[in-house]
Amino acid sequence: MSIFNFFRPAPRATAVQAKERLQIVMAHERAGRSGPDYLPMLQQELLSVIAKYVDIDQNKVEVKLDRGGDFSTLEVNIELPSRENGKAGAKPGDADDDLPASKALTNGGIKKRG
Amino acid sequence: MGKIIVMTSGKGGVGKTTSSAAFATGLALRGFKTVVIDFDVGLRNLDLVMGCERRVVFDFVNVINGEAKLNQALIKDKRIENLYILPTSQTRDKDALTKEGVERILNELAQEFDYILCDSPAGIERGALMSLYFADHAIIVTNPEVSSVRDSDRILGVLNSRSRRAEQGLEPVTQQLLLTRYDPDRVERGEMLKVDDVLEILAIPLLGVIPESQAVLRASNVGMPVILDEASNAGQAYTDAVARFLGEDVEHRFMSPQKKGLFSRLLGRSA
Repeated sequence: MSIFNFFRPAPRATAVQAKERLQIVMAHERAGRSGPDYLPMLQQELLSVIAKYVDIDQNKVEVKLDRGGDFSTLEVNIELPSRENGKAGAKPGDADDDLPASKALTNGGIKKRG
Repeated sequence: MGKIIVMTSGKGGVGKTTSSAAFATGLALRGFKTVVIDFDVGLRNLDLVMGCERRVVFDFVNVINGEAKLNQALIKDKRIENLYILPTSQTRDKDALTKEGVERILNELAQEFDYILCDSPAGIERGALMSLYFADHAIIVTNPEVSSVRDSDRILGVLNSRSRRAEQGLEPVTQQLLLTRYDPDRVERGEMLKVDDVLEILAIPLLGVIPESQAVLRASNVGMPVILDEASNAGQAYTDAVARFLGEDVEHRFMSPQKKGLFSRLLGRSA
């Protein structure tokens, strides 16, 4: 950077916009790339589990992994339909699967703590 | 054992083949026995840029398929001692490049050559992947332009995850930036990304900046690597880049507008 640049009023140069746009788009792309490969599969499986009970719109789902210094957060945003629709969407046959599944989850939690 | 270098970019038309021809010639001029391989199966062009298109009999794919011996396919450059070209097939497609086949040829070449320079095709498909897979060093050719920078970043990601060194957990492929078609006048007018901008975004060391130059087209017209045009800025910039690649500390040139002369260059950017 030449010292003369300091005395020049900075116009909104297109190169500056290029840099800003690149930084934004690439931050996003790098996050996706450094993110584990299981993310799309995780999204699929989460969806299929939720879809068993609730009639959800596949397009109203967002799975995001944010990497911080010490920890990462997995954010899952699913827009559920209004109550009536939700009930209608749940299939009666699924009720049987419900119990063992929740048991397994509880056991897993206890094991971890122990 | 020879070192394997890949000249890659993701994006097409940024100067990979021009840079491969120049760089291979530069390494040979410095006394290293060098071979440059065209990985762009089906879109052969390195032979034209190197000026040996009429001497192609057998090619890389013939050797992979066992239809010819390596020595039959290698073309010895007529101008430079120590410089060889391995052209690719113009008729087959990229599926002809098998990992086993490419590895066998590279191993054989590594016995005899100091440097094996792989000229990657554009894209991130098979040809590009094969050209970078076995690399020890990667030279990322980038234009100061949004799509090229983005694609370079993408190819850096591929190098870090899908190269042999990445897959086998070895020391990573070294990565250096070769910024080509740089126009200091347009940079000064704020119309083009600065070297520093691109370096900040890609976060890899700078190997060289090749200024936009009419010498590049003139050289390719006659099948001469532009590095041999010693009077041209581009030729000199490639010579500098080769020296830096070999570990020499050479100051960067041609990064500020020429017409302003030495005075402003001294006051201007020095990195």
